[in-house]
Amino acid sequence: MKNLSLALGLLLWLALPARAQDAFTAALPGLAGGFGDIAASVEQLGALGDPRGLPVLRALQAGQLQKTADGRLLLPGNTDAATGQPADGAGAEAVRLNNRVRQALRGALGRLQLVSPDAAERGAAAEAIFRSRSAEDVPILQAAIAREPDAGVKARMVLALAAAQLVAPNEEAKRDAIARLGAAGTVEARALLIEARAANPSLVTAIDVSIASIERSLSIRRAAETLFQGLSLGSVLLLAALGLAVTFGVMGVINMAHGEFVMLGAYATFVVQEACRGIPWLAPWSLPLSVPAAFLVAAAAGAVLERGLIRHLYGRPLETLLMTFGVGMILQQGVRTIFGAQNREVTSPAWMQGTLMLPGGIAVTQNRLWIIVFGIAVLLLVIAAIRFTRFGLEMRAVVQNRRIAATMGIRTGRVDALTFAFGSGIAGMAGVALSQIDNVSPNLGTGYIIDSFMVVVFGGVGSLAGTLVGALTLGVVNKVLEPYAGAVLAKVFVLVAIMLFIQRRPRGLFALKGRAAES
Amino acid sequence: MTPTSPTLTRRAALGGLGAALAMPALRPAFGQGAPIKVGVLHSLSGTMAISETALRDTVLMMVDWVNAKGGVMGRKVEAVVVDPASNWPLFAEKARELLQVHKVDVTFGCWTSVSRKSVLPVFEELNGMLFYPVQYEGEEESKNIFYTGAAPNQQAIPAVEYLMSKDGGEAKRIALLGTDYVYPRTTNRILRGFLKSKGIGDADIMEEYTPFGHSDWQGIVARVKRFASEGKKTAIVSTINGDANVPFYRELGNQGIKAEDIPCVAFSVGEEELAGIDTKPLVGHLAAWNYFMSIKGAPNEEFLKLWQGYIKNPKRVTNDPMEATYTGFRMWTQAVEKAKSTKVDDVRAAMIGQKLMAPCGYEEEMLPNHHLSKPVLIGEVQADGQFNIVWKTPNAVKAENWSPFIPENANRRR
Repeated sequence: MKNLSLALGLLLWLALPARAQDAFTAALPGLAGGFGDIAASVEQLGALGDPRGLPVLRALQAGQLQKTADGRLLLPGNTDAATGQPADGAGAEAVRLNNRVRQALRGALGRLQLVSPDAAERGAAAEAIFRSRSAEDVPILQAAIAREPDAGVKARMVLALAAAQLVAPNEEAKRDAIARLGAAGTVEARALLIEARAANPSLVTAIDVSIASIERSLSIRRAAETLFQGLSLGSVLLLAALGLAVTFGVMGVINMAHGEFVMLGAYATFVVQEACRGIPWLAPWSLPLSVPAAFLVAAAAGAVLERGLIRHLYGRPLETLLMTFGVGMILQQGVRTIFGAQNREVTSPAWMQGTLMLPGGIAVTQNRLWIIVFGIAVLLLVIAAIRFTRFGLEMRAVVQNRRIAATMGIRTGRVDALTFAFGSGIAGMAGVALSQIDNVSPNLGTGYIIDSFMVVVFGGVGSLAGTLVGALTLGVVNKVLEPYAGAVLAKVFVLVAIMLFIQRRPRGLFALKGRAAES
Repeated sequence: MTPTSPTLTRRAALGGLGAALAMPALRPAFGQGAPIKVGVLHSLSGTMAISETALRDTVLMMVDWVNAKGGVMGRKVEAVVVDPASNWPLFAEKARELLQVHKVDVTFGCWTSVSRKSVLPVFEELNGMLFYPVQYEGEEESKNIFYTGAAPNQQAIPAVEYLMSKDGGEAKRIALLGTDYVYPRTTNRILRGFLKSKGIGDADIMEEYTPFGHSDWQGIVARVKRFASEGKKTAIVSTINGDANVPFYRELGNQGIKAEDIPCVAFSVGEEELAGIDTKPLVGHLAAWNYFMSIKGAPNEEFLKLWQGYIKNPKRVTNDPMEATYTGFRMWTQAVEKAKSTKVDDVRAAMIGQKLMAPCGYEEEMLPNHHLSKPVLIGEVQADGQFNIVWKTPNAVKAENWSPFIPENANRRR
């Protein structure tokens, strides 16, 4: 009897490699089934560690794994997943995923890719195991950590190991893991610890210590992120208001069509993008190219508006207001007729997508970061144009004293047109930035017109520094209030605060002094 | 659904301008009798034009379709298009104009709940008939309105049930994000009641509202991320409406919220709305509707062929409210044929019990509560902007316009 069982055991041991192969082919058919079957066989493939599983899972993730009507699975290029032989791919359709399958897939791919020669892939694998974690991952990770040459990837693996140890039975390893997760100080680590807290009554004190230390570093990070969000909102307001600071602040024209110039800029971005689509080497640069295009389109529209209508209404603010209101509606409906009422898609270039991790674990979104940079650049450009160019000099001269400027030989009508075109062009450039965060639709501008006037009036009419400080203040105050009051009430509070402020200081933050301000 | 915008009055002046835009193609050779008039009450300008112009086109397409078949009862059908310009009081005026000046026999119109509430007294006073094609918050029933969109139990509740199921990711915490007006607030009230009945308490529900057209989602998305990091699987239920969706989804993508970690199910985002977004970072996020363009089967193929042929663009998408308009129109023609009359009272009686094999692939039936029985479908966003259906009800679900999860409805007939 004893011998028999021994022989049986030996036989089993000998048959093990063959069994693993069988297990691979046995796990495959599930992939042609329902979502539950797919998830189960993905988990099996991950647990087997058979390298043949890797191309299958990768194809599945990319949506390129095909199933035939009779339940065979095909890899890209029509090779049979089970046999590796070329196969007939007629009538095959892609295996669909759902979120449950994606979750299983992430964990399984993580395990298989832990031995990948590519460091980035190993890092991603560690990240995936951190999220999917199970007790069986502990030995795999320990082996991987032992042979890992890259320090950064190793650190991520150590964290993943901690995550896996937290769900493994070993109490001592758990304590270690808790301390390491606490030191990591991330939101994800906190989530794991909170989850583990209920399951491990004996470790509650250790877990609480770790959670508290994470909370401390998180609160600093949160404050930094709120500040960034405020600056980002501020930079959007700044961009929207800068053009108005020129047309309203300098020229005194109440231009209700300002938002529509922003919208024209966004549509110019869309048109440039479509034009660049056919030229592969140009396509990634369509966004920088849109900046001058948007400026020119909006500036031309502004020049036509000034020469055609506004110049007949100087000194009559109410009529100007109503007339530009109407022009705004005509522009909106015109764009709706040409481009349709549907949103237009402006894609973000790769360097504007995703999140950037700053030192200290502060996460900032790339597109917002670039918009802040762009806002500052446009502000400097406007200041430089007004300070250092002939046009800027003439513009200041006309604003300060129109008749003396005219006697000095400045063609004031031409300067008016250029100034208005300049302000409108800046609005167009704002449209390029807004196309990255908002809808490109005919209504794009209407959401920004009130905010723009608010910024200019709050900052002080005629002062670019006031516009900058006003925009950033409003942005940061809005974002600091939002978590407490909600988005709707935060906006109301800001409006009320500005009303009170204007009561005290009707000329805004940076009031112009001297005779020019009196008139 | 009822978005409001600070700039509406600005567009009010555009009033009838868009109305002149579209007149139906006329076809000769009909039997005797004056043409049957169909009113079209959809905004062609203003904030809602983005959604409603496609519905205007759908009604005009159906008028062409029925005339090509020889009309209704041998009489030609004629469309009367007016433009209420996303201006809610103007909806009531235009409804009155349709009924009293143009004497239309039936009207197809409205998108937002506030516009429907604005025209409801007019249709009741003048005994008109309105087909309303959009999913809505329920809590309403009028003998003069037929609701061909979904009631909450045909969209919101099954979607949340799916999120809590194994396939949906077994969510234990829910973030309810919405635009600040009646549809999201009522829907979320119903959902809160429903979640409580499933053992999810207030501590595990986050509720946030934003103004219409909100474009800065950084803070809210970051807060959802934090809310999701408290040790329980979290999902987002979005009743965000209209223009605010594009910046919201962009922010989700940029902050790296993956569908397998925090899935987001939306009730107001369809194929038309996705047309303005790069959907690659959003693959796996969900939408609940009663129809998706990607549905297979002869009824949908017929619908798609009709639409893309009418609009002369093989790439134009269809969506749920368009399907509801199509279904409503066909049921109305069937009811008129059955009643052998266009009188509102006769057609109303004939409408109840009308059945149609709808493009969604199920047989829909008009119930005595003036709502349809409809299937519930849950679709995942694909990289090409279409939806892949991951879950559906086995049968059409009967509409409950009075939700049992609102305590005041306990005494109502259901």
